This record gives sequence, C-alpha cells and structure tokens, in this order.
Amino acid sequence: MNRESNSYTFLFIGVMIVGIASILAYTSQTLKPLQKENIRKEKMQNILSTVGVNVSPEEAEELYNQYVIEELSLRNDGTVNENLNPFSDINLAKELKKDYSNQHFPLYVAEIDSEKFYIIELRGVGLWDAIWGYMSLKSDFNTINGVSFDHKGETAGLGAEITKDWFKDSFVNEKVFNENGDLVGITVLKGNNDPNNTDKDDHEVDAISGSTITGDGVTDMIIERLNNYLPYLKKLNIAQL
Amino acid sequence: MKDKPKNKKPIFLFIGKDKEPLFSKKNKKLLSDPLDDNNPITVQVLGICSALAITVQLEPAIVMTMSVIFVMACSNVIISVLRNLIPNRIRIIVFLVVISSLVALVDQFLKAYAYEVSKELSIFIGLIVTNCIIMGRLEAFALGNGVWKSFLDGIGNAFAYGVILILVAFFRELLGSGNLMGVQVIPDFIYEMGYENNGLMLLSPMALITVGIIIWIQRSRNKKLIEQG
Repeated sequence: MNRESNSYTFLFIGVMIVGIASILAYTSQTLKPLQKENIRKEKMQNILSTVGVNVSPEEAEELYNQYVIEELSLRNDGTVNENLNPFSDINLAKELKKDYSNQHFPLYVAEIDSEKFYIIELRGVGLWDAIWGYMSLKSDFNTINGVSFDHKGETAGLGAEITKDWFKDSFVNEKVFNENGDLVGITVLKGNNDPNNTDKDDHEVDAISGSTITGDGVTDMIIERLNNYLPYLKKLNIAQL
Repeated sequence: MKDKPKNKKPIFLFIGKDKEPLFSKKNKKLLSDPLDDNNPITVQVLGICSALAITVQLEPAIVMTMSVIFVMACSNVIISVLRNLIPNRIRIIVFLVVISSLVALVDQFLKAYAYEVSKELSIFIGLIVTNCIIMGRLEAFALGNGVWKSFLDGIGNAFAYGVILILVAFFRELLGSGNLMGVQVIPDFIYEMGYENNGLMLLSPMALITVGIIIWIQRSRNKKLIEQG
C-alpha cells in the first residue's frame, strides 16, 4: 500500500489512536485504586498535620482512626446529615458549586491528650487555580491550632510558598473572632507592621512578597469557609457566640 | 533487542542486515558522543527550557533525568520500529502522540507508586512532552536508523542531558539554599561567620549563566567545538 496515500494515512491514524487509547485506558484503570489510596492517605496526613501530628503515609490511617473521634457532615442550617460520610462523600470543590441550600461541609473533631480540636476544610481560589487546605481550631472554636495549605498551580517560589511551614506557622494562635464575637477570619496582609507575627490578636498574618493574589485568596477562603460553620456553632453555643 | 533470527526481508523490527556487534565502536560512540562532542544542551542547545525550570533542587532534577531517559529510549525505539510504516506527512503528529502517551504512562505510574515525587514534579512531567531533545532525536535519528542504534542514541542523549541538568542543579541548590538533596551541607558555623546563601542562584537567570559557564569550560577543553571564523 502506498505510504503517502490519504487512505493509508487515515488507516494509520485510526489504528494508532485505538491502540494507544486502549493502552492508556487500561493503565489508568488498573492504577486507579492505588492512586486513590494515595490521595486518601494524603488527606488523612493533611488533616492530622493541622493538629500537630506529622505522619508518614503508611501510618496515616492508623493514627487518623486513633485521633479523629468524630466526623460530621453539616448542612448549611447547622444540622448534621447522618447519611453522608464527610471524609469520603463530601468533595468540597463540587459542594461549593451546588445550590447553597444543598451544600454540606465536613467537620472533623480530633482529640489529643483529652484536648478537643475542630478541623474544618478550606477551599478557594489563588492566582492561577484552586487552593485548599485544612484548619484546626482549639475547643473555643476561635484560636487557630494549625493549618495546612495546598494548591494546584500557584507560582513556584511565590504563591506556592503557602505550603511552607514558615507561612503556615504564622497562623498558629491567631484568633478568627474579634472581641465583639464577630467572625473576622485571618487577613493575609502585606505591609503588616508585625512581620514576626508576635501580635496574635490582630487577625493578621504577614503576606509573602510577590504573591499578593494568592494571599488574598487565602484570606477569602478562610472567612468564606468559616462562615459556613457559623450556624452549627450557634447551635453548639460555644464560647463567645 | 538481543540477536533475533535473521530474516531475508529487512523487517523494520530488527537491528539491520549487517552483523555489527552490539557494542561496536560506532554504537559506543552513540552513547559517548552526546556526553561531550554533541551534548544536547551545551552544544546543540536543545532542552534549555527544562534545564531552567527544574534545576533549583537536585532531587527533581534526578527524577526528571530518569523520566526523560525512559521516555526518550522508549520513544526512539517505538519510532524506529514504526519508521517504515509512518506516513511522512503526519510524522510529527505521530511523534507527539507517542511521546505524550509515554509521558502519560510515566505520570500515572509515579502517581501510583511514588506519590510524593509526582506531586513535586507535577507539571514538569507533563513538560517532558515539549522537551525538544526528544522530538529532535526522533526526527534526526530514530526515523532513519535501526532499533538498537536508536535505543542507544536515546539513552546517550537523555543521559547527557541529565548530566548537565544534575550538574546545574548541584550548584544551584548548593549555592542557593546551602542544601543537597534537601539536606543542609553547609555547616552552621560558616553562616555564623557571615556567609549567606545566594538567593539569585534560585532564580532562572542563574541557570542560564551556570549552563553558560559549563559551555565555557567545555569549549576551553574541547577545541573541536570552537567555531572557525
């Protein structure tokens, strides 16, 4: 058959596409369980890291089951939906696209040395794409115990620095409610007069140079997601509310 | 690709009609040439883009090297096997399809078996597709040579590319953050004496300058490379 003829060219492309598509589909299907498992363990690692438990992927499951004592799926009116497993059934990215009245938010309660921590899930947008993470609050639901951030495609060395410990550490012990009991969240602020972050009552952390928009994204993400938990808090009647 | 039964027809699969030993002088040259005389980065100046992007730290550079060696050896072999079947007019498309499927495979395997590394490399793995060395070797070599030769050529070029990558990453990580493979190697007392990491090394321009210095050293050693003017 003439190699340069149109029909040969089409035949070649057809065979090539079918062949390659089947190989790729097959690999992707066979490897999917392993990949899902990795993602699941990473999620456990991230949740645990906000309460100061840093574990390897292998230990993640065991320690997660040990420390996380409660997993709740909250409706936007603050009631708990018992039929939904927050860890596996709630995908916050999809949840936020739903109609507000149908949204569910995961809340994890961890207990370490008989101290209770509330862990909420965060999700927002940075400069290029999604950013997300977890934030653990002490039992007063006000003081931040720890955060973990991750991102899809923030600029390496700039926005991507939000995943670094020095940035995450600056959130520790900051408060999300002001003296009047209003939810103010945490503002990632440039030109903050407190670069070493010694003032823990100002609801501000120092921004990263060159990543203003990612920082603003973090600010918005924190206040928006915290807002989703307010109805539940009012029901619990915790502390200053 | 060891010795296969000889076939009368020059079937595309096999090494060739001549009974050349597997590691003849010519074949060895395919491996060694790219290291110096014909280095893809410093002489052909291909693949510079990734040399800038992933040389801030040593570890991603090494993983990138291994992935490129795999993708390049495989794609060279595949294209060489198919070289008598590929319609000339769509050969570039075929190259792209072959390279990107191999890259997709690497990506899937990393996600399943080396999740941490795959997160670290995320977009860079995808960028192997655009690595001009691979495309260049497919067009220039694999399309006109036997399977075994193409395999060696792929390994040789990818390895030579990796050597430069690792060299650049070594200096950038050492001088830029005082670490190697993420472990601090510059002792604390040197910092106490007033030594500072050079933040400029972490920015991409310094990758180009480092490559430039490597080219300079290479050319002052290897007079063959100096253009006659």
